[in-house]
Amino acid sequence: MTGAIGVSALRVSLGGAPVLLGIDLTVEPGEWVTVIGPNGAGKSTLLRAVGGLLPHTGEVRLHGTPVGQLRRREMARLVATVPQTPTVPPGMAVLDYVLLGRTPYIKPLGRESERDLTAVDEVLARLDLTGLAARELETLSGGERQRAFLARALAQGATVLLLDEPTSALDIGHQQEVLDLVDELRADRRLTVLATMHDLSLAGEYADRMVLLARGAVVAAGSPRDVLTEDLLSAHFGGRGRGVAGEHGPLIVPVRAPRRR
Amino acid sequence: MTALMPKSREQRPRPARLTAGWLAAGVGAVAVAAVLGLAIGPVALNPLAVAAEVLNLLPGVSIHSGLTPQEAAIVTQLRLPRVALGLLVGSMLALAGGCYQGVFRNPLADPYLLGVAAGAGLGATAAVALGVATGIEGGARASGLVPAFAFAGALLGVFLAYGLGAAGAKVRTPTTLLLAGVAVVAFLTAIQTYILQRNLETIREVYTFILGSLATSGWSEVRLALPYAAVAAVVVLAHRRELDVFSVGDEEAASLGLHPQRSRLLLLIAASLGTAAAVAVSGLIGFVGIIVPHMIRLIAGTSYRLILPLSMFFGGAFLVLSDLLARTILPPTEVPIGVVTAFLGAPFFVLVLRSAKRVGL
Repeated sequence: MTGAIGVSALRVSLGGAPVLLGIDLTVEPGEWVTVIGPNGAGKSTLLRAVGGLLPHTGEVRLHGTPVGQLRRREMARLVATVPQTPTVPPGMAVLDYVLLGRTPYIKPLGRESERDLTAVDEVLARLDLTGLAARELETLSGGERQRAFLARALAQGATVLLLDEPTSALDIGHQQEVLDLVDELRADRRLTVLATMHDLSLAGEYADRMVLLARGAVVAAGSPRDVLTEDLLSAHFGGRGRGVAGEHGPLIVPVRAPRRR
Repeated sequence: MTALMPKSREQRPRPARLTAGWLAAGVGAVAVAAVLGLAIGPVALNPLAVAAEVLNLLPGVSIHSGLTPQEAAIVTQLRLPRVALGLLVGSMLALAGGCYQGVFRNPLADPYLLGVAAGAGLGATAAVALGVATGIEGGARASGLVPAFAFAGALLGVFLAYGLGAAGAKVRTPTTLLLAGVAVVAFLTAIQTYILQRNLETIREVYTFILGSLATSGWSEVRLALPYAAVAAVVVLAHRRELDVFSVGDEEAASLGLHPQRSRLLLLIAASLGTAAAVAVSGLIGFVGIIVPHMIRLIAGTSYRLILPLSMFFGGAFLVLSDLLARTILPPTEVPIGVVTAFLGAPFFVLVLRSAKRVGL
């Protein structure tokens, strides 16, 4: 088990209930893997466990090192997380919010150095947020806010990016803008991306590989063409969908039940 | 998406931090409040002469203040310890309040939240009852029993809240700690009420403690509270950046490399220790710990890097000015200082609240 992320026999229980039942997964450096699955399948739990935020059995390795052997600050330099619904601190300026991402580099009881400020300046410029640096986070639009969340994660300087439903609150234009940006950053900075997504078509468009999770177990893994099949989706999502050939993989179109006469 | 070239640092917005301007404002507020507190009283003194007399106390400084020996004694022996204690207690209550609000992410948190006040009240009541029962000359407050018992009671209250806050759950969350605090307050208050009912002659002295006062303050009270207040201030101020990180919640703070539970425990112990020391020497002075940090928040922004140090400066100045009013508004009697803090603070706070562009609570 090598790779940027290596997960082996991962089991997680929440409140005494088993949520992940033995997951094996490897994500190579620079690869984008998207986890899909119905609600309650354990997608977010998998990301939180990889981020070292949940007690677990089995093994999670980051660049070969078991997360249990890493200190919190070391972990935060290796892996950055954008949660599904990040907390928006009231009254906090975008600059101060993105600076929070430098926490793992600031000595306990210390404050930001010029190096930290420069790193944040670069991230803000890269994400076209420089003009919004003094604005309060809560006054930004949904798309701008998502870029600010991403900026804080990038400021951590980690090579592994965990994105939990990064586009769930965005319209189609902003969804594509954010995912294009992640893809550019992945290429620029050789980031490894592990994401969860509900929009199967978008997931298939951007991911190198996909993992279908159902009831806490991996039921399918491979290229978007291998995973986004009508049979698999029908079996595990319980919905009706039709695969339409797209440029990078199938696009999933929901189909309603026959109309009652 | 355009990648803009970063401008020079000077052209960019600066991160929230204590600037020289804010520092000067804080020091200025403390200086003005201290000089007024020293100059105004039954014997009115020239503020400039008072300032010179105080500077004269500094090693290596020799200025002729122009005050008579009696006036100099009024400044240095009567009013200075009271002003010093006011600065100490006010700054500690405001700092602890700001710290609690950050740790609990709750704008209604105040320094008495986790049983400090109830424990101190019980300790003071027990001391007064003991003083009356054993016939201590001059009363329990003058004998030093009240501050000692109040301090012990305040610590007891906090440690009970911490202990219960983890029971039934493996970790202490803000919610379990708050609930434990509610239970401890109810329990300790019940015991205090029982002791009061059994010793009705103690009610007046206990009531004085509960309303808070700096009337009996001297250098001994300053010496008692100062070491705890200093430790509390150093620990809390050193963690002011972490309190900003806490504003995104425990899990995100952990993903940024912090240990939220460990830091929270350390901060609450430090803030409670400072509060216990303040309560032990001045009684229960309300309003300072909740209003001062909010005023700073409304005026200077929501970063704890600004809120905590500025709360110390303005909390100290606010309490000294409140005490000045408390002892001069209805001479020769003193109005309870808690009444003045609420009377002064509430309208001013509403004014700031209504005129502020942002609340950030």
